[in-house]
Amino acid sequence: MIILTGNDLKTGAVVWWDGSDWVLHIENAIDVGGNAEAVMAREESARRVNVPYAVEATLTDGVARPNHIKDRIRALGPTVRPDLTLKPADPEIGNWVI
Amino acid sequence: MYAYDKYDQAMVDARVEEFRDQAQRRLDGKLSEDQFKPLRLMNGLYLQLHAYMLRVAVPYGTLNSRQMHALADIADKYDRGYGHFTTRQNIQYNWIKLEDAGDILADLAAVEMHAIQTSGNCIRNISSDHFAGAAQDELVDPRPYAELLRQWSSFHPEFMYLPRKFKIAVIASDTDRAAMRLHDIGIQIVKNDAGELGASFYVGGGMGRTPMIAPNIREFVPLDQLITYSEACLRVYNRYGRRDNKYKARIKILVHELGAEEYTRQVEEEFAHLLGQGIEPPIAELGRIKTFFTDPEFADGAKTVDRSDPDFALWVDRNTHRHKHDSYVSAVISLKPVGGIPGDATAEQMHLMAQLARDYSFDELRVMHTQNIVLPHVRIEDLHALWTALDEAGLGTPNLDRIGDIIACPGLDYCSLANARSIPLAQKISQRFTANGKEDTLGELKLKISGCINACGHHHAGHIGILGVDKKGVENYQLLLGGSEAEDTSLAKITGPGFSEDGIVDAVETAADVYLSQREDGERFLDTYRRIGMAPFKEALYG
Ligand code: SF4
Repeated sequence: MIILTGNDLKTGAVVWWDGSDWVLHIENAIDVGGNAEAVMAREESARRVNVPYAVEATLTDGVARPNHIKDRIRALGPTVRPDLTLKPADPEIGNWVI
Repeated sequence: MYAYDKYDQAMVDARVEEFRDQAQRRLDGKLSEDQFKPLRLMNGLYLQLHAYMLRVAVPYGTLNSRQMHALADIADKYDRGYGHFTTRQNIQYNWIKLEDAGDILADLAAVEMHAIQTSGNCIRNISSDHFAGAAQDELVDPRPYAELLRQWSSFHPEFMYLPRKFKIAVIASDTDRAAMRLHDIGIQIVKNDAGELGASFYVGGGMGRTPMIAPNIREFVPLDQLITYSEACLRVYNRYGRRDNKYKARIKILVHELGAEEYTRQVEEEFAHLLGQGIEPPIAELGRIKTFFTDPEFADGAKTVDRSDPDFALWVDRNTHRHKHDSYVSAVISLKPVGGIPGDATAEQMHLMAQLARDYSFDELRVMHTQNIVLPHVRIEDLHALWTALDEAGLGTPNLDRIGDIIACPGLDYCSLANARSIPLAQKISQRFTANGKEDTLGELKLKISGCINACGHHHAGHIGILGVDKKGVENYQLLLGGSEAEDTSLAKITGPGFSEDGIVDAVETAADVYLSQREDGERFLDTYRRIGMAPFKEALYG
C-alpha cells in the first residue's frame, strides 16, 4: 500500500494523510493507491503540509507499517526516548519499529 | 569572555526581527517551503525526522552561566526539557515549533547568542580547544583569534554563498584537542624563531564522504595578516570550488584536485593582491578583543586532593586536565553516563552546570567537540565539592577518553539524512564494556559513531569508528580502525563487511580483545593498531 506523510507546518510534527486531513497517528493513514502525486501537489500548494512524500507500507495487524525503518521511526518517535514517543506507555512498541 | 558591543547586538537583534517576519509569512502561507527553507537554514532551523530542529552557535565552545541557564530555559519552555551538545561545540534542540522560533531567537539574543551560520554554505561557527585559556601546554589563548575570525566571517557578504559549508578551527598548542587538521581551515597559533606569534595554516581537511587531512600551506602568517590570509584562502575556494556537484564542492576536493602546491600558489597570489587592499582590521582590534580573554584572578591553594574516597580519586584521575596554574585544573563533566545518550543534557542538568560554573569556575563553561562540558578553572581544593554535586546529578561518570566516552551523532533516531541509528549502539557499547569490566583495562580508546557518511560523529577519526549504512532498508554497520583527530591525525580504515546492530557490538569487543592480547607496555589501542596493522583484527573479526 502507499501512504502519505509529511510534517506539520507549524509544529514540524510528523503527520499522515487520512483521506481528508493530516493526522498524527499512522493508524489513521489510508492507502492512496495511484493518487499520491495529486494529493501531495494539492496539499502542498494549499500550504497544509510540509514536504509530503509517499511511503510504501504493508498492512500489518490492521495498521500500515512502513517498509523502511526511517518512516517507522518517524511514525513513532525516537527509539532511544520511549517516553517521548506517541505510545510512551507501551513497553513493546519498540518491536514495531525494529 | 567576549561581550557584544553595540554593533554585535544590533546585528543579532535585527536578524531576530527579520526571521520573525519570515517565519510568520511562512505560517501565513505566503511563502512556500522551497522559498522558506534557505531562510530558515540561515538561522539554524532544520526540519528533522520528528520536528524542526534549532542549532544554536556556541562560539569556540565558550559559555557563561547566564547563557547556560538561558539554554536550559529554552529546553524547558520551547522543547522537551533537554538539549543535545554537538560535535561542533554547539547545542541543538529537537522539538522546536516554527511558531516559537522567533521568540527563541529573541531569548538567545538577550544573552548574546544566536543561531546564525549554524547551517548553510557559509563559514560556520569557529571551533577551538575546549581547554583554551586554561591548558598548561598552550602558547597563548587561541580564542581572541577565533573571535576575530568570528567577527570577520559573520555576515561576510562575499562568503554567504560558498560552494559548500566551511569550518574553521583555531588552536594554540602542539596538542590538538580540536581536530584542527580535519577542518576546511585549521589554524595553529605558533611562535617563529624571532619569538613572534603568528598563524600556521592547514587547508583542505575534512571528514564526510571523502575524508582528508589538511596539508600545511604556510607555516607562519604574521598576526597582522591573519584575516587577509584567511580571506585569500576563502577567495580562491569561492572562485574555483566546484558548484556542479555538492559531493565535490568542499575545499578539500579543490585542494586535492589542484594539488596543495598549486592551491597554495594561487592563495599566495591572491594574498599579495589583498595586502594592497587594506582589508586587515587594525591590530588594535585584536588587542581590544584580547582584553575580554584575560586570566581571572587565580589564587594559590591546595595542589593535591584527599584521595581517600576511591570514586572521587578515579574521577579526578580521569576527568581533570592540567591547568596552567598549579592550584587549578580543568574539570570535564561527562555527558556520557553508562547507557545514556551521548551529548544530551536535561534542563535541570544545564542549570546545575551553570550554577557550578558560577560557584567553582569563574562563571565559565566550555562545550567540547566530544560532547562533554568543561569547567575550565576549578580550584583543586574545590574538586570534591564539585564532584559530589555532579555525581548526585548523574554527571560524574569518570570516563573521559575511555571507550564509554563515545561520540555519537543523532543518527536515525532524529536525523533526516541518517541511514542507521547511532545512539543505541553507543548505549549498548558503554553498557557492555562497563558490565565486562574492560573499560578500565582498555585505557584511552576513542570510539566514534556516525549514522551516515556525512560523519558528524567523526567515525573516520575514531581509534574505533562505526559508520551506519542502509542495506536494503535494514541498518548495517561498518567497523573502522586506526583513526585519530589529535596531533597525530590519521584516517581510520574499514575492516571489511558490515555487521548487524548486535553484531557490531560484538565486533567492537573482538577488536578490543585483539588489542588487549597484543599490546605492549604503555601502548594505547591506537598505538597497537599502528604497530600490528589491520591483519590481526581482520583475522579475529572475520576468521
Ligand atoms: S552523520 Fe549523518 S546521520 Fe549523523 S547527524 Fe550527521 S547527517 Fe545525520
